[in-house]
Amino acid sequence: MAEPPNKDGGGRRTVPDRTKTPGSVPAHRALPAAARALLALLMLGLFGGLAMAVLSLSEPAPGLAAAVAEHLAASGVDHPVTAVLLNFRGYDTLLEMVVLLLALVGVWSVGRARGCAGHAPGPLLRQLPRLLAPLMVLVAGYLLWVGAHAPGGAFQAGSLLGGVGILLCLSGQPLPRWADGPVLRLAALLGVAVFALLGVAVVLLPDGAPLAWPPALAKHLILTIELAAMLSIGVILAALFTGGRP
Amino acid sequence: MTQPVFWGLVGMALVVMGLYALIVHAHLLRKVLALNVMSSGVFLVFIGLARRAPVEGSAPAVDPVPQAMVLTGIVVAVAATGLALALIVRLRSLTGRTFLGGDKGD
Amino acid sequence: MPPDLIGPDWQGSGWMLASVFVPLAGALLGFLLPRLAAAMGLVTAVLTAAATLALTLDVMAGGPARTLLGGWAAPLGILWRADGLSVALMAMTATVGVMVSLYAAAYFRAAAHERVFFWPLWLLLWASLNALFLSADLFNLYITLELLGFAAVSLTALGGGAAALTGAIRYLLVSVLGSLSYLLGVALLYHACGTVDIALAAACIADAPRPAMQAATGAMIAGLLLKTALFPFHFWLPPAHGSAPAPVSAVLSALVVKASFYLVLRLWLDLLGGGAGAGGGRWLAELLGVLGTGAVIWGSVLALRQERLKLLLAYSTVAQIGYLFMAFPLAVAGSAVAWTGALYLALAHGLAKAAMFMSAGSLLRFGGHDRIAELDSAVHRLPLTLTAFALAGVSIMGLPPSGGFIGKWLLLEEAFRQGRFGLAAAMLLGGALAAAYVFKVVGHAFTPAERERRVRAIPKAMEWSALLLAVAAIVLGLTLPLISPLLQVGGASAAAGGAA
Repeated sequence: MAEPPNKDGGGRRTVPDRTKTPGSVPAHRALPAAARALLALLMLGLFGGLAMAVLSLSEPAPGLAAAVAEHLAASGVDHPVTAVLLNFRGYDTLLEMVVLLLALVGVWSVGRARGCAGHAPGPLLRQLPRLLAPLMVLVAGYLLWVGAHAPGGAFQAGSLLGGVGILLCLSGQPLPRWADGPVLRLAALLGVAVFALLGVAVVLLPDGAPLAWPPALAKHLILTIELAAMLSIGVILAALFTGGRP
Repeated sequence: MTQPVFWGLVGMALVVMGLYALIVHAHLLRKVLALNVMSSGVFLVFIGLARRAPVEGSAPAVDPVPQAMVLTGIVVAVAATGLALALIVRLRSLTGRTFLGGDKGD
Repeated sequence: MPPDLIGPDWQGSGWMLASVFVPLAGALLGFLLPRLAAAMGLVTAVLTAAATLALTLDVMAGGPARTLLGGWAAPLGILWRADGLSVALMAMTATVGVMVSLYAAAYFRAAAHERVFFWPLWLLLWASLNALFLSADLFNLYITLELLGFAAVSLTALGGGAAALTGAIRYLLVSVLGSLSYLLGVALLYHACGTVDIALAAACIADAPRPAMQAATGAMIAGLLLKTALFPFHFWLPPAHGSAPAPVSAVLSALVVKASFYLVLRLWLDLLGGGAGAGGGRWLAELLGVLGTGAVIWGSVLALRQERLKLLLAYSTVAQIGYLFMAFPLAVAGSAVAWTGALYLALAHGLAKAAMFMSAGSLLRFGGHDRIAELDSAVHRLPLTLTAFALAGVSIMGLPPSGGFIGKWLLLEEAFRQGRFGLAAAMLLGGALAAAYVFKVVGHAFTPAERERRVRAIPKAMEWSALLLAVAAIVLGLTLPLISPLLQVGGASAAAGGAA
């Protein structure tokens, strides 16, 4: 996506002939200076209004910290953010994982991936993944486990796994044959599937409601869900990086 | 001004700057970046203001719910960026352009 | 905490759960096993529609249904609430959804790539629609809005050409911008009120600091207006709806824009107390009325000038959305009849516009193009499709005995009763312009062809699904005694305090 280097950083209209570079912006498409100035004024006004809104929010704040602390013991984890993510507002997390999966399906529907084998890695990138990848997987597992009582959890661990995938792709390692196709798709949807299945299954328990983990089982259910979610998030993030269907 | 309010104002500034950039720039990549800056601003407003002291002295000072919401928001922003980039790359490979036909601004 | 917030209502929550999780499961299976995607998609569509129907009957008989997701009451947990308004829109979604699924199964029969991706994306879109209509939690609504937006964008780009891609990218940018604006409002609201539950936030709004509440409301409504494509925020809609594949255009115009309109209405009624709570309520309602009038006139005039059928239909959507917003100034003067009219219009438009886009898709497939001037002689070859288009047009024009007629009549009656002659004049003008552009299309389709063209056979499923939807739009007009009480259940009339 080449754009001729411009010290102003874009947005200025007077620039030497850009029409020759494919994909660059023809001069007549940029907004005229008068419109930009008017827009800037409008934005300043908008900022003023929003700033007044922020300044008017009084201290102390009515938050949900107390409510979370009160019910933390029944949630199955010790860390309040994890409790909110996977118990109190677990439905939000489920939908968020669906969003991620949906983005993958959307990206796959648009075009094919560039393919990882095409990258020509330098000497550093050839050797480093051998050291880093196992270490990163280990740290990801740790992050998953520690999420129960300290900052951490499925998303953080999943991001790290995604990083492993990206690192391997950049170093020229394509996915092995067996991992492509249905296995890849299964790994991508496993997080949503496990979460949704458990969420519906608990309805069958006495006094059950959707996504309501009974306090005795909550810790184990949450760990199971986080495990599946970590795998899926890692796979989806790495797959999004390749930019298309395999 | 207290620290939370300061972060709230910074967040609002990011939102407004991102909005300006979204309208003004024609290159699609710039627009995507502008949206990312805007979402960072919104998230900052969300969490920054959460550091205010709660009503009862015994509860912890930081509200965990906005943190969880922003975690969710970050993932959604990543998904949006991934989808947008794939579409832009495809558009470029089809037409060689990286800008929309007409201007996006209102 | 009000006692009825504790404990789930099992009857309701079973069908509510199914209406979201069945399409989700179908999407996952369709993604996992692409070869069976179409078959599973159809089965899932029927099952989802059945669950929605069961939920509708439950709510009609027993009143609003609630579910505490996670078993935690608000403000800690997330609440699902199915009242008359939600269920009416879910029922329309189910009707359109089943017909579009039948249509799409035939439409994509030969296109393997599109078919494989259409079904997971479409089912996820349907799941997100149901999740949106059920949710009573502001942050949860943000996620469902994003889910809806991404699914819609991906479906728009499924056509594959540069026009579809450009339309999809613009749609995505606008969608994300709208959601971010909405989220900013939610953030401000949370920090003022300590909750994102709609009912609890409504109780807090009156006492919260004014600038923060006005900014929050403004940001949320602005974001939703952008997503509903209300004039002047409509610029993204015609390119997106006009260049998507026909079943996708049907879904976008009929369902997706209604979701954000539903949210505006929901926030207006439940959060802002029908405009009485927040200070600038009356002013906002008038502004929405003015923008709605602009949408009707601008959209209808531009529709008349279009040469391509799908773009004509897209601009017609822009116009029809304007009618919906005209109800705001009428209703804030204290009458619930305007809401009933607007909702009738929303339901009728959903059914009719989907039928019209599906007919347009059949015509496009038939002749290879959708240029209006060259639609000759389609009436002889595709009588069912033309009938569908004409019947749907009857509803769009607002002629009796269709659903569109009932909606327009209620709004007009209300406008005359309150002396709002400007709004009434705009509605009548819009109706006349709609008649003009519908007859333009139908007229061209009846002119005999000068020379024979190569045409393709159209599967019967495509013709019949469009026809059934068009008939449903007409039948809607005969069911006022049935639908009207449904719309009152627990929702639209509660805030206004009156029964229509």
